[in-house]
Amino acid sequence: MAKAVFQVPELKQYPEIPEIDPGVMAHSAPFKSKEQFQQALGFPGELVDDWQGKAIDKMGDLLGRYRSLRVYLDSCVKCGSCTDKCHYYLGTKDPKNMPVGRQDLMRKVYRRYFTLAGKFFPKLVGAEDFTEEVLNDWYSYFHQCSQCRRCSVFCPYGIDTADISMAAREIMDHIGVGQKYCNEIIAKVYKVGNNLGLPGPALADTLEGLEEDVFDETGVEVKYPLDQEGADILLVTPSADFFAEPHVDGLIGYGKVFHEAGVSWTLSTHASEAANFGMFIGSYENMRRVAMRIREAAIKLKVKRIVFGECGHAWRVAYSFLNTLAGPWDFLDPRYPVPQHICEFTYGLIQESKLNLDKSRNDDMVLTYHDSCNVARASRMGEKPGGQFDIPRAIIRASVNHFYDMDEETIRDRTFCCGGGGGLLTDDLMEVRVKGAQPRLEALNNVIQEKGVTHMAAICAICKSQFTKVLPYYGMDMDQIVSVHQLVSNALILTGQNSDDDEDEAADEAA
Amino acid sequence: MSFLSSVYAYLFYFAAFVLVAGLINKVVQYARTPAPLKVPTTPAPTTTAGVAFRLTREVVFFESLFRGNKWIWIFGWIFHFGLFLVTLRHLRYFIDPVWAPIQFIQPFGVYGGMAMVVGLAGLWARRFLVDRVRYITSLSDHLILGLLIAIGLSGLTMRFFAHTDIVRVKDFFQGLYVGQINPLPADPLLLLHLLLVAGLMIIFPYSKLLHAPGLFFSPSRNQVDNPREKRHVAAWARRLEQD
Repeated sequence: MAKAVFQVPELKQYPEIPEIDPGVMAHSAPFKSKEQFQQALGFPGELVDDWQGKAIDKMGDLLGRYRSLRVYLDSCVKCGSCTDKCHYYLGTKDPKNMPVGRQDLMRKVYRRYFTLAGKFFPKLVGAEDFTEEVLNDWYSYFHQCSQCRRCSVFCPYGIDTADISMAAREIMDHIGVGQKYCNEIIAKVYKVGNNLGLPGPALADTLEGLEEDVFDETGVEVKYPLDQEGADILLVTPSADFFAEPHVDGLIGYGKVFHEAGVSWTLSTHASEAANFGMFIGSYENMRRVAMRIREAAIKLKVKRIVFGECGHAWRVAYSFLNTLAGPWDFLDPRYPVPQHICEFTYGLIQESKLNLDKSRNDDMVLTYHDSCNVARASRMGEKPGGQFDIPRAIIRASVNHFYDMDEETIRDRTFCCGGGGGLLTDDLMEVRVKGAQPRLEALNNVIQEKGVTHMAAICAICKSQFTKVLPYYGMDMDQIVSVHQLVSNALILTGQNSDDDEDEAADEAA
Repeated sequence: MSFLSSVYAYLFYFAAFVLVAGLINKVVQYARTPAPLKVPTTPAPTTTAGVAFRLTREVVFFESLFRGNKWIWIFGWIFHFGLFLVTLRHLRYFIDPVWAPIQFIQPFGVYGGMAMVVGLAGLWARRFLVDRVRYITSLSDHLILGLLIAIGLSGLTMRFFAHTDIVRVKDFFQGLYVGQINPLPADPLLLLHLLLVAGLMIIFPYSKLLHAPGLFFSPSRNQVDNPREKRHVAAWARRLEQD
């Protein structure tokens, strides 16, 4: 059981909207980025002289480049629809964690410098100078937003606090105030190729280990190729899949699925990371630079298709932005969407009955499914809107016998973020991560109590890492979070797999 | 009297100019600002027709707000729909002859006026009663609600208790079309009503009332979900590709 120096929220049977408690999370702020990482991303190393003027200039620049920012800052009527929708507000009670409260941190500065009303009647419209105090609030509260877009679902104008947080972080980066976690990771991607800084030989070693494990388990030679030129498919997956639990069980699953499909595939050292933290810091330039690695890898390895592994924000960048950032993809096979999600791939095989799935192999678990925020509200799978909800569930249902959804209010496009997305998955933000997980875990706890659910499946590396870490704070086990392709992997009987292994197991158990 | 009529005439010329020029300025600004990334809140329509349908549902039924909060939705919708009927009813002062549908709508416009005030009162009550909404409310939010309620109440009072000479009111506004200042009845309620309406027109392009054009330009609502099928690149982003 993890020890907390803060109060872990209670999980109730019925969700409650807390009364506001102003300023309770003002102390929460992540470590600042060091000079070397700032510079690797093209930002000043420390707080610049005349930071106020430069920040306002940058805001003006972004207002001219992003319609979303301009429209969102103008349009809010303070109706209150979003006020009880953010998991960080529900978990912390701090009103600056209400989406509108967070937006207003930027809106009051915008009004002061960019609107007539704010220039002449600042008090009347709540406009404020960009003071050091305001900057501190920005740094604190714009790093308590996981950019999950839940607020945008309920806003009558679709105002998306994620876009505003991204712009705020971009402005802060440009005056030398960057966040350590995100910026250090992006610098690592540029240097080594992935978030975790795993060099090529380490990857090759890990993959070889996986091949041996799968062979020992199934007697089938499933390959996990790296940098194999001429393969059909380039798999781009979050680097956590290479070693973290339960991520790696998902990677084992992808390999088995590719094996059964009879396609050739490869990973790439150069693009050994699906994540793109350039999005979290709102930097188009950095997001593009990170995305270009995938294009370069696809060209170098002469692949025909690109498939993404289980990762939430990576799928947003892949599905929604990759064509914009690193396209056009006219050199790939036009019969397939670029990119594809591994779930789309697996679902296709299930539809064609090409996978021999024995659901009873997952009978030790009762499953529920966590819709990852970026997949749910910022992407799609398959042909139809909402495929991002139905396809993963169809895969789970094809792989397990016992599945129950959580409360309707907390799934699909109303899903709660895990609490660790948007560049917050760092130990220096543990309090906000634990508190922000409360709404999701409350719904999980209810299906555990009512339906006997034992495990929650997810298709996002951040969700998996976050839950592994925060579940113990709520008295749950860290291994209650599983990968969707882990379930597929468990259920999948490979062609040529030792058919008697079930009997062996039964015999073992009897003995 | 003629002095007062002149003041109101110029006030309305000014208010109309600010409203139209200010809104055009904003709409042009929104339209010219690129949206470099595909960011519709999903699930989103995959066709332009689908997007038109989505926006129509937002404009007519406040669909997202309905999902968000039933109280705000019911008061907000009552207010806006009431205001819509009231606006239609008032068209009779601005067109001659009055079109048949506008004649037909007249009695409903009165109910609209009542609904508008009820909706506004409910929205205003929330600003005091709900701690979260109280926290986000600034002085201007109270003032705009007060302004709208005062417009509604002064109008309803003239309809039911203190009638004014509406034929002369119509003459006044018809005259403005041709630069002629006809006398306006000097009823205090009418003058107050008109003053507040002119005030509303003037603040429209400089306040949160911009949510009206804003909704149509909101990328999370007006974009088609087709990023894999169609490459979407803003002009400034294309320049990055040439480096």
